[in-house]
Amino acid sequence: MAATNIETWQSATVEQVVPVADGIARIVLIPSLPLKAEPGSHVDLMVEINGEQAKRSYSVVESNHDGTRLVISVMKAPLSRGGSIFMHSLVPGQRLEITQPLQNFPLRVGARRYILLAGGIGITAIANMAAVLKRLKADYTLVYVGRSRGAMAYLAELSDLHGERLEVHVDDEGSSLSVPALVGRADADTELYMCGPIRLMDAVRRTWVERELDLPNLRYETFGNSGWYDPEEFIVRVPKLNLEVTVPQGRSMLEALEDAGAEMMFDCRKGECGLCEVRITELSGAIDHRDVFYSERQQRQGTKMNCCVSRAVTSPTGSRTDAGAGPAVITIEPN
Amino acid sequence: MTVVATTSSTTNKVLPHPLNAWYVAGWDHEVTRKPMSRRIANRPVALYRTEDGRAVALADACWHRLAPLSMGKTMEKDTIQCPYHGIIYNSAGRCVSMPAQETINPSATVPSFPVVERYRYVWIWMGDPTLADPDLVPDMHQMTSDEWAGDGLTIHAACNFQLVLDNLMDLTHEEFVHSSTIGQEELSESDFVTVREGNKVTVTRWMHNIDAPPFWLKNMRDKFPGFEGKVDRWQIINFEAPSTISIDVGVAKAGTGAPEGDRSQGVNGFVMNTITPETDRSSHYFWAFMRNYCLDSQLITTQLRDGVHGVFGEDEEMLMAQQAAIDANPDYEFYNLNIDSGGMWVRRILEAMLAAEGRLAASA
Repeated sequence: MAATNIETWQSATVEQVVPVADGIARIVLIPSLPLKAEPGSHVDLMVEINGEQAKRSYSVVESNHDGTRLVISVMKAPLSRGGSIFMHSLVPGQRLEITQPLQNFPLRVGARRYILLAGGIGITAIANMAAVLKRLKADYTLVYVGRSRGAMAYLAELSDLHGERLEVHVDDEGSSLSVPALVGRADADTELYMCGPIRLMDAVRRTWVERELDLPNLRYETFGNSGWYDPEEFIVRVPKLNLEVTVPQGRSMLEALEDAGAEMMFDCRKGECGLCEVRITELSGAIDHRDVFYSERQQRQGTKMNCCVSRAVTSPTGSRTDAGAGPAVITIEPN
Repeated sequence: MTVVATTSSTTNKVLPHPLNAWYVAGWDHEVTRKPMSRRIANRPVALYRTEDGRAVALADACWHRLAPLSMGKTMEKDTIQCPYHGIIYNSAGRCVSMPAQETINPSATVPSFPVVERYRYVWIWMGDPTLADPDLVPDMHQMTSDEWAGDGLTIHAACNFQLVLDNLMDLTHEEFVHSSTIGQEELSESDFVTVREGNKVTVTRWMHNIDAPPFWLKNMRDKFPGFEGKVDRWQIINFEAPSTISIDVGVAKAGTGAPEGDRSQGVNGFVMNTITPETDRSSHYFWAFMRNYCLDSQLITTQLRDGVHGVFGEDEEMLMAQQAAIDANPDYEFYNLNIDSGGMWVRRILEAMLAAEGRLAASA
């Protein structure tokens, strides 16, 4: 059956948890209602953070042909909201609530040329695509970017499978990726699929637009969990609701406002749909826009933000060297 | 006594359809710049042509609020616009324009199905697109060959697609359903040979030294004016999975060597049939009658098309009644006769395809 976005929840048993790179665990799940995972698909699953349930999305790195084994890989991110710490604590035999594979990042078969770009843990969304393109004998290049080899999951396996089609860029080896060079290799018949930190994806998107390449040929997926800056604690004021709320490092502004009893409008919770937009009336600090809903022009205006993913940081310019003391404070009008 | 359970239920009354296969989505002339909607294998599909004439098949539901894209209009290059809020998609099903925002939601896509245009049809692959190999399109080369002329139509058959395949794999029914045109008692009296090879099944039947039934007598007289006398008649049914059946049919003056391969003293046609499941209980049945004589006679093309249309109307009625009877008698099973061997091989092949897709258990 074709890709679906209907969430069918089921239980899954953890079969295996093994480290595959610094801070990255490979987790094998045995779902009770198996369904084959197409390349680009992910599962949502319920994690437990401080005794509370929360939903997280993880790309399916690989699945066997009938979907009875699903592999995900999770990077432990101490500054994140706590889901990854839970995932790293899993032990074989443990049961989880997960969805059947969901698809928001489909690979199109039949493009003349492909560039697949994975930054760090973004390889989880890309690896399965590369395997399918290899099987289809497609013209593809897999570009894998990381801070250090030790932090890059599946490097050896990918190298074995893709040989010269794999191109590796490692920051601490001085072989960092040149985005203009990469995008320069794309032509009108090239589709580029990417998953990685938002800095990397923003740079590619900007260059793609500058080169006047067809935007629909640039495919990406974001779960809204990376920004230009490390998350900081900040304060949000909502005069209309007579609220002042502290947004902790590990919680989104939307969640913090919901915790405080504000009835917020939202949908995707990953910075795509724009429904959680709030208007900014006052700001000390800067906005770390982590959404893909606004254009760069709109983000620069700084009058609105998607509170599901975007945050305030202390630095008024956004640059770390300008970081001020004390938390950033933002005053908003909700929708 | 022990009853050995089998995993097969070859007499499944409502067989699911394989998805990893090419089906005809429509005649080439049906797919135009004005989008059309057709349900195929239970999914509504929007079909249209791009500015440069390429056929496109998208899921017929906008990503946003599921409005049917087929009610929209085609735009520049390969794009189509949703009629409701103006979202525009390209032929890959990707959103290229979204109202009231400066960016495009990266999730905004509708499924795009692989299509191949061949033999006057637009073929569609509803299953795993990574398996959609154009070389797997069933052979219907007579449709576009210079050596054959003819035309056809579409029947909307209110039955499971397998019932149409059963119908075509055993032509004994002609004697009873089509008695005024192509039926004759020699059909059920003559022997036939069934051969299965891989995903193909052939059923061959020869009737020697018989009177030509009205349909064939007319055809003989088109080629041999004033023809009288006995004929040798043949029906060679060629099935290719999942649902294409081309039937080599004809008659030749009796004893002139047709069974041995010399058909020069006869007339030969190919009944081209390909069945596309619409739902579990309805089908799009595309057929054409191609002939290899009097190639430039549009009159004969039209006469044959209309004649066969009348014959197939009798099948349509029977198939609809059969499906209704199946549904009205859920506790009754099918039984099989020796004449069902071709249809039974077809079922066996389709079941293997369904099993490979992990979908055999879903049969009803």
